[in-house]
Amino acid sequence: MTPSHKQRLVQGNEACVEGAITAGMRFYAGYPITPSTEIAELCSRKLPAVGGTFIQMEDEIGSIAAVLGASAAGMKAMTATSGPGFSLMQENIGYAAMAEIPCVIVNVQRQGPSTGVATAPAQGDVMQAIWGTHGDHPVVVLSPASVKEMYELTARAFNLAEQFRVPVVLLADEVIAHLRESVVLDRETLPFPIVQRKKPSVSPSQYLPFKADADGVPPMANLGDGYRSQFTGLVHDEAGFPSTRPEVVNSLIRRLHHKLEDNRQQIASFEAVHLDDAELVIVAYGSMARAAIAATRLAQERGLRLGVFRPVTLHPFPHEELVTAAARARAILVPEMNLGQLVLEVQRLTAGRCPVVGWSYVRGELPTPDLVLTQALRLLEAEEEYEDLLQLAALVRDDIVRPDWWLEQEWGA
Amino acid sequence: MMTTRAEKYLKTAKLPHIWCPGCGHGTAVNALLEAFERMGIDQDKVVIVSGIGCASRAVLYLNFDSMHTTHGRALAFATGVKLARPELKVVVLMGDGDGCAIGGNHFIHSARRDIDLTAIILNNSIYGMTGGQLSPTTPVGSSTATSPNGNLMRPFDICSLAKAAGATYVARSTTYHVAQLARYFQKAISHTGFSVVDVISQCPTTFGRRNDMADPVDMVEWERDNAIPLAKAQQLSPKELEGKIVVGEFVDGSQSNGNGRGDGPLP
Repeated sequence: MTPSHKQRLVQGNEACVEGAITAGMRFYAGYPITPSTEIAELCSRKLPAVGGTFIQMEDEIGSIAAVLGASAAGMKAMTATSGPGFSLMQENIGYAAMAEIPCVIVNVQRQGPSTGVATAPAQGDVMQAIWGTHGDHPVVVLSPASVKEMYELTARAFNLAEQFRVPVVLLADEVIAHLRESVVLDRETLPFPIVQRKKPSVSPSQYLPFKADADGVPPMANLGDGYRSQFTGLVHDEAGFPSTRPEVVNSLIRRLHHKLEDNRQQIASFEAVHLDDAELVIVAYGSMARAAIAATRLAQERGLRLGVFRPVTLHPFPHEELVTAAARARAILVPEMNLGQLVLEVQRLTAGRCPVVGWSYVRGELPTPDLVLTQALRLLEAEEEYEDLLQLAALVRDDIVRPDWWLEQEWGA
Repeated sequence: MMTTRAEKYLKTAKLPHIWCPGCGHGTAVNALLEAFERMGIDQDKVVIVSGIGCASRAVLYLNFDSMHTTHGRALAFATGVKLARPELKVVVLMGDGDGCAIGGNHFIHSARRDIDLTAIILNNSIYGMTGGQLSPTTPVGSSTATSPNGNLMRPFDICSLAKAAGATYVARSTTYHVAQLARYFQKAISHTGFSVVDVISQCPTTFGRRNDMADPVDMVEWERDNAIPLAKAQQLSPKELEGKIVVGEFVDGSQSNGNGRGDGPLP
């Protein structure tokens, strides 16, 4: 790429704010927490200049609540946090799903559980991002792997939130949030147009706030538009009035699920690196995917065919493409900075088409590419030696519980 | 007749409401509608936000834009609504548990910001919807489902709390004093800044029955007989004020010079 005058050295968190403003975000409510704080600081500086509003709330519960209030009143709204704050936000994320209020929640993952290591990267919130709030609920989870993607996926997060009236979680990690890369961030470089929420086409007297169109999504009147909108977290009928009738419960819960599931092909996205002829596939996301992609280059030097399948949407998951890759591969390695979360989903979706083995790296740091490569080589050797999948799984499970023992053997770490 | 005047403010198709016979909340809501009527408010420019509990259920019957939110969080949701659309009047309906226990932090911070919201607390000193448990305004000694031997903990004085935290209009009345209540609602909603009305309401079903006031009339008479105007209360000793309900305007609103967006100069 030829250098452009628009090229800048930008931090991941800053790119996130740029992406949000590009997508039309005009309201931000947040509470300081490492390693997401730069997002709040930048919003406080940049939003007033574009006619937007920033408020520092008293806690993360209030932050997501204010975001939902502002969104219901017509603003594109966002908050950002990390593990402890994300845990506090869960109840109101469920409210957003139930009341179908678009919102974007950035979770810059740090090492947990609890206060953990505030400044260290981790990927321990994958399952929480998908299943964190109680009850079956729709949510989109996006996983950025570069500064450029912090920009694009934040903008896309708003598009998805507005189009499907769902909460969208941008599940970043400390490495991507604090990484600085030379990028061009402007609207022209976005590979998609900006989406606005669907407004009612009927008069206020005919408007049923939760009557869905064919795509499963009801048009949304904003508070103050004269439609007498009613939002509630209770199970409700098409008029928005609470109901306990079994058929109303059934139809609402299923519609909320189907509006994402039926549009999965449109939502789910992934990146494939050397996937076509790979004998071993690494499924990795976020900053770990960078180590995995670098490992494919090291592998090529050694004449090994290593590919990477990088899900960009962790939920809904691009599973058809994963299944195709699994059918061709000898084995799949899923390295994660947690004790094995997405690996369970990969195992479930590939359903025994090839051995799927997780590798857990929970040291509050990103592994180097050669560590990932060594794991991949080890898996290929093991796969030859152990034809019985159960034996293989047992071998790798051992590594998951004792990575330090193994690392010390091989590298004296 | 009050009913006819109130009708346009109600989603009449959604009635009857879920409140128990003898509940004070309907009286309080009627006073609120009376205040709207006197103010001649534009119904499309008022948003009513509530939390979870008996009091918060009111929004489901009101013919306005509304948000029935999560337990304790109504004021935080309302903060977002108000900042997004400053031209809208935002009225927040809460109960005592909703507003001052689980939502206590949002309550004091909304007051600190002096954001232009009206917080109405329908205060019956009990968690009614869950069957009558101790709330942060339950009087010492009262019997509840979770204080069967009498409450040992001091209650919050909501008005003192609001005043100390910086609210710029603070008043208290009861469901017996309906004319005063409607007047306070009107002043609170007209006020620019954070306004609080603490409404002493009765719950004969889950509070009265456990405290020798099973008849709703007993409870309303208790409000009547124990209410003391603020000016008179200021002449009395704390001992003399025990068990009394001090009614009146604790902060009269004249000092507010904020812009209602939570970033104005402090009074």
